[in-house]
Amino acid sequence: MNGIPFEYGLTLAAVLFTLGLISVLVRRNIIFMLISVEIMLNAAGLAFIVAGSRWNQPDGQVMFIFILTMAAAEVSVGLALILQIYHQLKTLDSDAANKMKG
Amino acid sequence: MEISFYLASAIAVIATMMTITRYNLVHALLYLVVSFLAISIVFYLLGAPFIAALEIIIYAGAIVVLMIFVIMMLNLKQGSIDDERAWLKGPIMVGPSILCAILLVELVYIVWPASGAGIGINAVNAKGVGLSLYGPYVIGVELSGILLMAGIVGAYHLGRQKKTVTHRFLEKQEE
Repeated sequence: MNGIPFEYGLTLAAVLFTLGLISVLVRRNIIFMLISVEIMLNAAGLAFIVAGSRWNQPDGQVMFIFILTMAAAEVSVGLALILQIYHQLKTLDSDAANKMKG
Repeated sequence: MEISFYLASAIAVIATMMTITRYNLVHALLYLVVSFLAISIVFYLLGAPFIAALEIIIYAGAIVVLMIFVIMMLNLKQGSIDDERAWLKGPIMVGPSILCAILLVELVYIVWPASGAGIGINAVNAKGVGLSLYGPYVIGVELSGILLMAGIVGAYHLGRQKKTVTHRFLEKQEE
């Protein structure tokens, strides 16, 4: 029993990060872009966990907790911004918010 | 144990692909929950049971519920799904997908000849994480507290609705 190969975990993190990146680039709905940023942050955390597990150190898990805190703060501010944008522009299209004082 | 890692990875990738291609926001969020649960199983198998629990409690619990609350507050109609269908046409996806796929291939090419070492043989439990978190990383905990404080204040400030007071002659915006 040799455990899960190290490369497979990092590859999974890379695939998930790329899916999130594609979604940020392709989508025009602001809420979907926020969800994609969550996917990317989670994939980065997965890479930290894999690396921490490779050397049996708790540092990777500590970094994941910091990423988790950052994601929670980011999603609360982001959702408040989305509510304001929807209130002012009546749409979730991110292209509609390209003017200041919109 | 390894087979469950591959199964959970496949479920995570498939659920994430379903998340980023849905037209309906609520369906996308449900697939996102499935993806988080699968990644939580991966964490458990990698020897991080504490992080697996945190993933379910905070990501699949708090963050997704926060998004569902906001979707309920936005009160979207059927038209929004049709808008989404119009925005997400096939040709739009091709360029970014190809570029990101090239980046992914490069990343995997860098990662692959790593070491062949196995992971997830010994678990690092919550005690080790706590000792490390409040030992050498205590400044990070304090900075996280400041970040959460800034998040709360920012969300309150941005989320406040400004009332318009209409008088007979003058209309002013209340600060």
